[in-house]
Amino acid sequence: MSIRKSDLALGFLGLAALSLLAVIAHALISGDARHPAAAARLVAELGLTDLALFTEARYTRHPSQADLNTPFQDHPMSFDHFPTGSLIAPPARFGPTGGFAKTPGEGAR
Amino acid sequence: MKSWIARQRYLIDFTLSSLLRRKVRNLILFAVYAVSIFVLGSVMLFSHAIRREAAQILASAPEITIQKLVMGRHDLIGQDYLDAVKNIRGVRRAEGRLWGYFYDQASRANYTLMVPPPDDAARALAPGETMIGAGVARARGASQGSFLFLLSPTGKMFKLKVKSILDSASELVSADLVLVSAEDFRRFYRLDSARGFTDLALKVRNSREIDTIIEKASLKLPDARFITRRDILRTYESIFSWREGLLLALLGASIIAFAIFAFDKASGLSAEERREIGILKAVGWETGDVLAMKFWEGALISLAAFLSGVVLAYAHVFFFDAGLLAPVLKGWSVIYPQFSLAPHLDGLQIATLAFFTVVPFSAATIIPIWKAAITDPDMVMR
Repeated sequence: MSIRKSDLALGFLGLAALSLLAVIAHALISGDARHPAAAARLVAELGLTDLALFTEARYTRHPSQADLNTPFQDHPMSFDHFPTGSLIAPPARFGPTGGFAKTPGEGAR
Repeated sequence: MKSWIARQRYLIDFTLSSLLRRKVRNLILFAVYAVSIFVLGSVMLFSHAIRREAAQILASAPEITIQKLVMGRHDLIGQDYLDAVKNIRGVRRAEGRLWGYFYDQASRANYTLMVPPPDDAARALAPGETMIGAGVARARGASQGSFLFLLSPTGKMFKLKVKSILDSASELVSADLVLVSAEDFRRFYRLDSARGFTDLALKVRNSREIDTIIEKASLKLPDARFITRRDILRTYESIFSWREGLLLALLGASIIAFAIFAFDKASGLSAEERREIGILKAVGWETGDVLAMKFWEGALISLAAFLSGVVLAYAHVFFFDAGLLAPVLKGWSVIYPQFSLAPHLDGLQIATLAFFTVVPFSAATIIPIWKAAITDPDMVMR
């Protein structure tokens, strides 16, 4: 009996579906096992507040501790640290919609 | 049922033969489709995994951090502030933290200098000793027992003996840390103890009392800013969501290009395909059969591309540390932590990905075919 094309195609799909199941199983098993315990312990013991991902500026090294006037951290209208500054969202309350900077004239009313 | 299965298998056989007749075109379609899913899947998996990792790691951050603000800027906070908050009911422990930034000319990188809390016996440091993060050790070629020379902001050279390198498993939070004793820290920045601390960290007995404690403390310290653990977790959630969104927005162009490509492929039926449909109808195939055949065509390409795209994205993110996307998603700097993310994949992610890729493709293929299949064979063949 010769192998039909449909057998090959369905076999390939079955194999791909099995690998997806294997991937899900891998995520379930090793994801739980690999809790970042060492980092979490260091955070608890030293009282750390931020991830050491972007070290180029104060407000990117410790975004959670940064002043509310970021990104103009160094002086008003100072240049932003590129590229991290552009990849970190401005605070939710920042900008006209958040009531941080009102449109001209509005404050006079 | 058996005859239905046999019928579908014959249809698949026929579909595959038809696909193989336009081998190159269909292979390109499959490759573009799989690559789109791979890229989207990688972004989604990476962002979810790093958000989850950040939440797990920072779940043990201080419950409340207190900063003193002077003219809207973070300033040193005095012992009197510490005394004012430590007796508030519900505060388990209050301590002044000493930490600061230092730009190292030698490696052209920023370090975070910090003093370990006094009760941290494992990291107790004598003057002249230091413990450094793995990123600093790499940048300066330092190892346990070697010396680290730092030129302080006051122009004085500091010679510190490296007591140990911090566990590299914790690099995500410790890559740029330089731990020193309180005496060295104050000498390094020429900071006498009367000037106090960088900020205060509070531990509370019951996390439901945090808001009340902040309310009481803010009455005593009106010029202070309070940052809760909840704020910290929310900051990281929004940073990585923003990055994911930004990248997905950039990738939006490629998704649209793919949609146009798929729609064009499907809707602009070639003359050959129209003829094929006409002949099939002329030899007695019904509209339902033609649709079923084309359904299989779309389903085979979609499923194969989707499954391989997702599996490859998973391997890329969790086995190869997202090498292709890492610079954009993680950020960059001279001192960069080396870390692998804990694998994470959930049904919702897979369903979202499937919804945004497989559904539009299937819709784009089936509608034009249905239109061709209901027309008169004579018209189609002409």
